[in-house]
Amino acid sequence: MNSIAFGVQLLNAVQYGLVLFLVASGLTLVFGILGVINLAHGTFYMLGAYIAYWLTLHTGNFGLALIGGVVIAFLGGLLLENIFVKRLYGRDHLAQVLLSFGLILVLEEVRQILFGKDVHSVPPPAFLQGSFQLTAVQSYPVYRVAVCLFCLVVALLIFYIIHKTRIGMIVRAGAENRDMTRALGIPFDKVNRYVFATGIALAALGGIVVAPLSTVYPGMGDHMLILSFVVVVLGGIGSVGGAAIGALLVGLADTFGKVFFPSFSSFSIYFLMAIVLIWRPTGIMGQRVD
Amino acid sequence: MSSNISRTNLVIVPLCLAVAALLPLLTPGYYVQFATKVMLLGLAAMALNLVLGFGGLVSMCHAAFFGLSGYVLAMMSDKYDPASLLLTLPAAIAAAACAALLIGALSLRTRGVYFIMVTLAFGEMMFFLFHDTTFAGGSDGAYIYFKPELRLFGWRPFDLEKTSQFYWVVLVLTGLGVLLLQRIVASPFGHALLAARDNERRARSIGFPVYRIRLTAFVISGAITGLAGYFSAAQFGVIAPQVLSWHLSAILLVMVVLGGMGSVTGPLLGAIVLLGLEEVLKAQTHYWKLIEGLIVIGIVLMLPGGIRNLAAMVFGKDESIEKPLENPRKETSHV
Repeated sequence: MNSIAFGVQLLNAVQYGLVLFLVASGLTLVFGILGVINLAHGTFYMLGAYIAYWLTLHTGNFGLALIGGVVIAFLGGLLLENIFVKRLYGRDHLAQVLLSFGLILVLEEVRQILFGKDVHSVPPPAFLQGSFQLTAVQSYPVYRVAVCLFCLVVALLIFYIIHKTRIGMIVRAGAENRDMTRALGIPFDKVNRYVFATGIALAALGGIVVAPLSTVYPGMGDHMLILSFVVVVLGGIGSVGGAAIGALLVGLADTFGKVFFPSFSSFSIYFLMAIVLIWRPTGIMGQRVD
Repeated sequence: MSSNISRTNLVIVPLCLAVAALLPLLTPGYYVQFATKVMLLGLAAMALNLVLGFGGLVSMCHAAFFGLSGYVLAMMSDKYDPASLLLTLPAAIAAAACAALLIGALSLRTRGVYFIMVTLAFGEMMFFLFHDTTFAGGSDGAYIYFKPELRLFGWRPFDLEKTSQFYWVVLVLTGLGVLLLQRIVASPFGHALLAARDNERRARSIGFPVYRIRLTAFVISGAITGLAGYFSAAQFGVIAPQVLSWHLSAILLVMVVLGGMGSVTGPLLGAIVLLGLEEVLKAQTHYWKLIEGLIVIGIVLMLPGGIRNLAAMVFGKDESIEKPLENPRKETSHV
């Protein structure tokens, strides 16, 4: 493999990892603050992609689809938190697993009713179409570079909010010790609601930016859910920094697994997970237990 | 934890058994096949409940064991001759047990919500193993052209090609599964498993090898799930990667919770109710999954103890009811 091909694969891996980070950081935030495990997270990723498809089809503007999709997801998250999720705080994980499984069944059917089960493709915005010519035979799509940059900006924004703002301080404190934070008088009901909605919006955002890169299909959420679980297990639950490390590791393992071991590419990430479980069962950035 | 033998049980249990045994004589073939399917999923749900209800471990990879043994049967089956039951069944169960040993050994290093995520991920690994590779039919799955056949020195005790005989074999196996699981739960091993569920730290300080106890339960559970999966694949004559997907694991969880986690036979009841409900909904509406999803959500929000609580609400209080979902166990206090 020459250096340009290697560079292209590396860029692919980083881009994949950055999208994974968006989705997985939503999952880890929701778990860290609310203590709720949300199996429907991947479904919101899928719904985001379908909403992006629908809005692009009807408005012809991907930028509008991006903003509209995130807003719809955020509002949907607020609504769901209010109706269902808030009843799960303090219940055990089994109840959370079952409720989010019920939500998946419902949302999949809603998607079926609204958008059908066809596979769709979404055109990238006009000014990001085309590709950079690297050599005579190799080129790199502009949209992929744009996704990289966009996700990087969102990731930096997440880190800025979590580490430099008052809201971020509350979020970090909540992830560290929920009961103590509540005892200090933080209005947790409100924090919970917005954190959940933000998590959903991040999942949907991941789906939206990926829509022009790959196809939009019903099973895409399931695949993403597993990948974000692996990311969170690798990084440690509740840690956004851990999610970033985990996402990059999964991106690298998956991309280079496909390059070097094409027939066993889907195993590389599980192999990675097995190693981390043996080495540090609570994740790379997780707190050690016992 | 063992069921109190009350007067109603002495009437109801033999009555149910008699109806179950005579079912193929009373109803048309479709319902016999349906009852077979219900029992097989019920057996898998009861096996899951050994780790879920009695072990306190929310496993999301039992579909992997269920489907894996079906795949073993498919791969060992010949296209033109029935496979030998004596050969394929032990191989299928052993494969499921080995998978459970491997996944369990890694997953049980984690606790609580990590355990859920890790088992789910490893279960999906099995899905991708059969979905992405071509050795067992890839995404199309594999066919089992003949049902496996048992021959003891030329004598054939039963013929699985016949719907009613298949049903009776599964009925006997389900009964044996119930007895085995009841023995396990009542044994010292079962009590140690319960102790580890209720208070892991205390169980460990008493000297129980918690990790090994849980792993043993996980392997037994995986093996029984494999047994159910073997016959399920034989029944339908086809195995596809979808059987391995985590949606089936979640359905098994719903069955367990629906039937109640406190008893060995509860999940069987849950399987009967859930699959019966699906059957009714499928006949009524195209969007039956929507209704099913809403019912699952409703059960979680309103009935923490499963349908037995519903029965108790209607028929009065029953002492044997437990409410496992209402008291979150202190297993994840550190995470």
